Amino acid sequence: MTRRRVVITGLGIISPVGNTVPEAWDNIVNGRSGIGEITRFDTSNFPVKIAGEVKGFDIDAYLSPKEARRMDVFIHYGMAAGIQAFKDCGLEVTESNAERIGVNIGSGIGGLPMIESTHDDYLKGGPRKISPFFIPGTIINMIAGNLSIMFGLKGPCLAMVTACTTATHCIGEAARLIQYGDVDVMVAGGAESTVTPLAVGGFASARALSTRNDDPATASRPWDKGRDGFVLGEGAGVMVLEEYEHAKARGARIYAEVVGYGMSADAYHMTAPCEDGSGAARCMTNAMRDAGMSLDEVDYINAHGTSTPLGDLAETTAVKRCFGDRAKSIAVNSTKSMTGHLLGAAGGVEAVFTTLALHHQIAPPTINIFEQDEQCDLDYVANKARPMEIRAALSNSFGFGGTNGTLAFRRI
Amino acid sequence: MENIEQRVKKIVAEQLGVNESEIKIESSFVDDLGADSLDTVELVMALEEEFECEIPDEEAEKITTVQQAIDYVTAHLKK
Repeated sequence: MTRRRVVITGLGIISPVGNTVPEAWDNIVNGRSGIGEITRFDTSNFPVKIAGEVKGFDIDAYLSPKEARRMDVFIHYGMAAGIQAFKDCGLEVTESNAERIGVNIGSGIGGLPMIESTHDDYLKGGPRKISPFFIPGTIINMIAGNLSIMFGLKGPCLAMVTACTTATHCIGEAARLIQYGDVDVMVAGGAESTVTPLAVGGFASARALSTRNDDPATASRPWDKGRDGFVLGEGAGVMVLEEYEHAKARGARIYAEVVGYGMSADAYHMTAPCEDGSGAARCMTNAMRDAGMSLDEVDYINAHGTSTPLGDLAETTAVKRCFGDRAKSIAVNSTKSMTGHLLGAAGGVEAVFTTLALHHQIAPPTINIFEQDEQCDLDYVANKARPMEIRAALSNSFGFGGTNGTLAFRRI
Repeated sequence: MENIEQRVKKIVAEQLGVNESEIKIESSFVDDLGADSLDTVELVMALEEEFECEIPDEEAEKITTVQQAIDYVTAHLKK
């Protein structure tokens, strides 16, 4: 039996560069940074004062005030992106198809803002001040739960948690469920919102964040010599995956096809990537093998590219290890140069961008490459988007714990 | 200063996401205003906050209508 094919029929995004797909894509293609000073809390005592915050987001457009109050911000973003994506796909939920539609939307950290504020309430007023909505408002699977309730989606209801690979794994596993025949449609992706004292403090303490506080827009500079860490971002990226014949039969708009999915573990270190790039290389190889894709078919890679000294070099090494001589002919970009690092949502917004790159046949730029690190010697589409033929594309995500994920997409 | 009835209705409207005009003095939180068990817990917490009092759980369970909330608050309001 041939494998069921999976296509993308809906997209949704909330991000530092825009809260709709057209707005975000326009900013990405034009190389506009979404990084600025942190406004969510007082950073006077913090070494890091910049982040990619979501701006001008109106939750009232998606949820009633009563519903919104009971969900932490990462759920707001995930719901908004999920609602956008599901409306975009145009599918009507009926009694007969509801069981064949599922959700897999995760988050790397979850409801940290509400955990922090509830802890404050507790310290001030004791246990009686803990809201009954504290738990359902902060746990990670509540985007999937709330979205399934809102639309009546009765298939699998999942939320995978794998740090910064979360959304990539959610999308990959969702595609597998469709291939396997469990469902015909999955709403999949990731969401994150942790611009809080504990998260910024924690990542800063791990020396993972850029401290280029005086120039936020250029702080995220993957593969540049002066890169000094990632910039925290927030938001959500969600897509609707659908079995090909199912999508075709209802005349759905198809953006691209999800053709492969690969995973691997570095088995090396809690936070550092293995320097020889072997874990990431195996992950890309696995995705292409799953896709039945040859090396010379890949024209574009949306890299993990977080702007950390070690990570950017390791990923470069991994691409060379995986593609050999072909590596330098591939357009490799990091949209994180504009969005910052959205942690568990990163793979979601980047899957959306990779899909749009295929759909529009444009490789987005990597901005802020002023002086390219000579050890990082691939074609990073420096500073200017490039219209080009993109037959197939990969999207990479690597997370703390050494967990890797790669999605392979094809033009359709 | 608004009277107790107005303040209670305002909180009920906010917590349960209903219009103040729909709230009658005899309205039941669950049967008439669509509250679930978590809503009623949060509603009592909001009443405690507004009226600076503590409502013990066994008393809270008996507050199921707007009238009962007004009565309780009136009887226990700090002068």
